[in-house]
Amino acid sequence: MAQEISTVRPIYAQLGITGIQWRGMRKFLTALLYLAPSLFFFIVFVFIPLLSSIQLSTYLTDPLGRPAAFVWLLQYERLFTQPAFLNSLSRSTLFVAYTVPTTLLLALILSLLGNLRLKNIAIYRIIFSITIAVSGATASLMFLYLYHPTLGSLNYFLELVHLPTVAWLTRDQSALFSVALVSAWLQVGLNTVILLAAMQGIPEELYESAMIDGASSWNKFWYITLPFLSSTFFFLFVVDMLAAFQTFTPVSVMTRGGPIESTNLLVYSIYREFYINGKYGFAAAQSIMLFLVMLVLTILQFVFVERKVFYE
Amino acid sequence: MTPTLTLKKFLTNLSLYVILTIAAIIIIYPIYSMFNVSLLADPEVAMFPPKLFPTGFHIENFIQALALAPLGRYLFNSMMQSSMVMLGQLITACLAAYAFAFIQFRFRNFFFLVFLATMMIPWEATIIPNYLNIKQWQLTDTYWGLAIPFMATGFGTFLLRQFFLKIPHELQDAAEIDGCGSLRFLWTIVLPLARPALGTLAVYSFLQTYNQYLWPLLITNDQSMRTVQIGLTLLQDEEHLRMNIVAAGVVIILIPTFILFIFSNKQLIRGLTAGAVKG
Repeated sequence: MAQEISTVRPIYAQLGITGIQWRGMRKFLTALLYLAPSLFFFIVFVFIPLLSSIQLSTYLTDPLGRPAAFVWLLQYERLFTQPAFLNSLSRSTLFVAYTVPTTLLLALILSLLGNLRLKNIAIYRIIFSITIAVSGATASLMFLYLYHPTLGSLNYFLELVHLPTVAWLTRDQSALFSVALVSAWLQVGLNTVILLAAMQGIPEELYESAMIDGASSWNKFWYITLPFLSSTFFFLFVVDMLAAFQTFTPVSVMTRGGPIESTNLLVYSIYREFYINGKYGFAAAQSIMLFLVMLVLTILQFVFVERKVFYE
Repeated sequence: MTPTLTLKKFLTNLSLYVILTIAAIIIIYPIYSMFNVSLLADPEVAMFPPKLFPTGFHIENFIQALALAPLGRYLFNSMMQSSMVMLGQLITACLAAYAFAFIQFRFRNFFFLVFLATMMIPWEATIIPNYLNIKQWQLTDTYWGLAIPFMATGFGTFLLRQFFLKIPHELQDAAEIDGCGSLRFLWTIVLPLARPALGTLAVYSFLQTYNQYLWPLLITNDQSMRTVQIGLTLLQDEEHLRMNIVAAGVVIILIPTFILFIFSNKQLIRGLTAGAVKG
């Protein structure tokens, strides 16, 4: 009899754990199985490469990218003592300062227009957000043509209204801003879409009661719309900054970092150092610096979002 | 309403439409100018003042663009890469989102943070080792090399999880009682219900991959493996004096994305605003 009972003991009992523990373990293993494919790709293509980047940045490498000599923080010291990286860092910061406010201002105007209650407004909304579908490479080619010194139409328009023409990409004073304009144009669609979604989330009653109180459109905009959009604005501010710091395509297609290094943004500099010059360790150190800049920005955003959720 | 009021309303609306149209023209002008140039004859491109409207329909530009750069081949490569990434992301994100939404397991918060962390690590911080690995595994100039680093997605997992959480838990309980295994439950009940979210992720990942630039630039050297974005900029390098040919190429590669954008606008916008409206 006692023999019989022991033969039907469940597996977990034989392992010396309780039923609850066994169920917990089974759930954990099942979940792990479902997570495994994603985890595999993340480990192989995100986490290990990140560690390798850090490791690589402490080495001198041979032309094939194999670590040759451990140099501790020499690469980082080089970053801050040689002008190239400092130039890229300051050009990237200036680029962010050009791109982000331009994008946000344009997107605010477009989303206010797109939020009007008019017939066929949906068509305008699609046009205002169309740059979402445009790639960096095609946008760069479009502006390459628009900026063309003799064939481009932008200078022609400026001449038509008797304004001085601009050298756009051919002078170092104007090249960075010209590239920033392409990035802002590309980013405007996404910003408009997100602002429009946020505007549609503003409770209608607020505007109705403001109307009863006889508030002007300006007051409604200033005291209802803008405060409601503040958290979305902050979100976009961070997203746009991250995107601007990661800009590569327009530089690669339009200017290749020139003229006189004026558009040699961080990611382009990383690309040039490792892919063209074969300086893997030096480029890895730059990429880690980029990572740190972006990490600080992301943490700032998380802190802000936490607070916002708390207050609501 | 008195006639003056309706007249006033009409004039307000009219001026609003004028402003809307001016804004629309400014935004769309760079795209329009490419369409315009792609229709110009060779001598017209170099004229001053620049031709702002097409005078004819020079279809030979498109034929030349397709012949000079093997755009057909490039398009096929891009479609392959984008489809592979899309399928890969759908599979891995569905499975992971299922675990996060339906299974109560230990260390769930830890794994959640791991997925979140992948979204905070910029692609550029890992690109050098990834490039060296792909080269070492001899996957340069292959579709696998183009697609494999992007097969998992933190963003997509959260998007799907968000949607899965809305599915009533009673369904899961009922399925369990009926002896329906978790994989079958996912396949026969969850996925059909989550079709809109799957569509969103599919469109989003396809578009993102199709528009990639840096990774295909690093990974492809062989002309026959180039993607459209790279192939087109090479065409620009070679034919920069014949802007109409380049423009025709731009138009050809923009068309698939515009079709996708217009016909799946709702799905795409849902995906783009998913992260924003909450955070």
